Amino acid sequence: MDLTGLIVGGVALLAASAYGVVHRRRAGRVRAVPATADPVPPLQADLLAELGVPSGQVTLLQFSSAFCAPCRATRVVCAEAARTTPGVAHVEVDAESRLDAVRALDIWKTPTVLIVDAHGRIAGRAQGAPTRAQVLAAVAPLLPAAAELTEEKA
Amino acid sequence: MTDPRGPRFAAAVTTVVMVAVLLTGSGWLALAQAAVFALTAASPRLGPYGLVYRTLVAPRLGKPAELEPLAPVRFAQAVGFVFAAVATLGYLLGSPLAGAIAASFALAAAFLNAVFGLCLGCELFLAYRRLTGRPLAARVPAS
Repeated sequence: MDLTGLIVGGVALLAASAYGVVHRRRAGRVRAVPATADPVPPLQADLLAELGVPSGQVTLLQFSSAFCAPCRATRVVCAEAARTTPGVAHVEVDAESRLDAVRALDIWKTPTVLIVDAHGRIAGRAQGAPTRAQVLAAVAPLLPAAAELTEEKA
Repeated sequence: MTDPRGPRFAAAVTTVVMVAVLLTGSGWLALAQAAVFALTAASPRLGPYGLVYRTLVAPRLGKPAELEPLAPVRFAQAVGFVFAAVATLGYLLGSPLAGAIAASFALAAAFLNAVFGLCLGCELFLAYRRLTGRPLAARVPAS
């Protein structure tokens, strides 16, 4: 019996268990990004437009990578939310091919979903696969604003 | 594309093997696991644990609900190989502490995959690319 191995391995298993539990609890939770009075920085607006985020809609901007099993589950949930909820769009970006955007928008893991409101402000972000309920709850408070903006344009 | 339960089964076997490595301090067992990682990374179809899963376990289970791409599996196995190789060198070259630390990283990663379905290498991959990768150069007109 190797005592060093027993201790080091035991510590590793405890640390991994703690990480796994915390990770599972946090996965998919949408954190609200505090609102500021400042307008959206023009550089960020340009970047979001370039990534394909439509203006005037609430957008689920999903960052994915090939090495990512939960990205597929996230895609299904977000695409479904966009399909069934008027005024909601889903845009998926390959994180590896857009490392500039990944750095600028402070993305560290895939999947990360940014919730962009109709004015182009990032209102929330979720790491890990969210559930349908989590996505709809995050999007719902933003939708009246989306409707107003569309009316203004019309 | 592969049945995602296969790599998870392999991670469970790897967890048991790495626990055995840590308890015995055997560099040769670590070397055997390193060889398994290398073979599976090079060709997932030939991975010994995957073969056991397909011949003995899969026939007793239902069809998989979804399939997963092989690229993440190969990446994870390559990361596992690096840790198992360092552990082998540590144990065989007379530094059991270095061996145990490297083996523990492989154990933690395999354990997270087996128990939580969480791929640690995949989690860290984007952070790694962010810190090391240059943004792709934009295409510009030739003239």
